[in-house]
Amino acid sequence: MGSATSVDDEATLIAQLRAGDEAAYEQVVRLYGGRLLAVARRILGSDEDARDVVQDAFLNAFRSLGRFEGNAKLSTWLHRIAVNAALMKLRTRKRKPEQPIDTFLPSFLDDGHHEERFQSWEEPVDKALERAEIRELVRQQIDALPESYRTVLVLRDIEGLDTEETANMLGLSVNATKIRLHRARQALRTLLAPHLGRASS
Amino acid sequence: MKCRELAEFLMEYVSGDLPAERREHFEFHLSKCRNCHEYLVQYEMTIKSCKVACGEMSDELPANIPEDLVKAVLAARKV
Repeated sequence: MGSATSVDDEATLIAQLRAGDEAAYEQVVRLYGGRLLAVARRILGSDEDARDVVQDAFLNAFRSLGRFEGNAKLSTWLHRIAVNAALMKLRTRKRKPEQPIDTFLPSFLDDGHHEERFQSWEEPVDKALERAEIRELVRQQIDALPESYRTVLVLRDIEGLDTEETANMLGLSVNATKIRLHRARQALRTLLAPHLGRASS
Repeated sequence: MKCRELAEFLMEYVSGDLPAERREHFEFHLSKCRNCHEYLVQYEMTIKSCKVACGEMSDELPANIPEDLVKAVLAARKV
C-alpha cells in the first residue's frame, strides 16, 4: 500500500491536514486513493460505484480527522473507512438474486466419499500466478462468487480483517462468518479448477 | 472420519484451530485418501491465489488514482 515514508512524515502530514493545508489534502488523496479504489472495486464489483465510495470515504475521513488517533496508521484508518463506505453502498444497492452457493460446493456419495475425483492442477499455482492472465482470471472468478460470500472472502482473505471484525462489519455472527468464508473458498476452488486443471493446459 | 467431514473441517485445519484429537483423525484420513489430499492442496492454493491476484503485492493495483477523481474529491471537500 502506498504510505507516507516514515512515522514522522505521517505525523507532519496529519498536522498539515488538521491545519487545513490544501496541498496536504491533495497529497493524501494521491498517496492512498489508488489503493482505496482497488478495495472498493473488489467489494462492489463496479468501477462507477467504487469511485463514489472513494469520494465518500475521503470526505468522511477529512471531516472526522479530529477522531483520528495517532496510534493507528493513517493508511489503516483510511482503509477501514473505505471498507465501511463500500459495505454501506452494497446495502443500499438493489440486490440481484444470488445463485445458490450449493452449486459450487463439493457433493458426496451416501457413504461420505467425494463424488468427484479431483485432478491435480497441472502447473504449480505459484508458477501459474506469475502470469498476468491467470491473476486476471482469479479476479474474474472472485467477482463471479455470490455477493454475500464474495464480501466475506474479500474482507478475510484479501483485506486481511480478522473473523470478528468481518462479522461486526457485516452484521453477522462469528460462526456465520466462518461458514461463509469456508463456502466461499470452496466455491472459488470449484470455479478455478477448470482453468487450472489438466484439461485446460 | 469420512471425506465429507474432512471437507467440513478444512478451514480449521488450515488455520491450525482443529483440536488435537480431531486433527489426528483428520491427518490419518488424509494419509490414506489421495482425493482429500488433492482437495486440501487446491483449497490452500485458492486462498493463496486470492492474495497474489488481489493483495498488497499485486501489480494490478492502480498505482495512481485517476486525475479526474482527485479533482472531484478535492472539489467536493470545499462544497
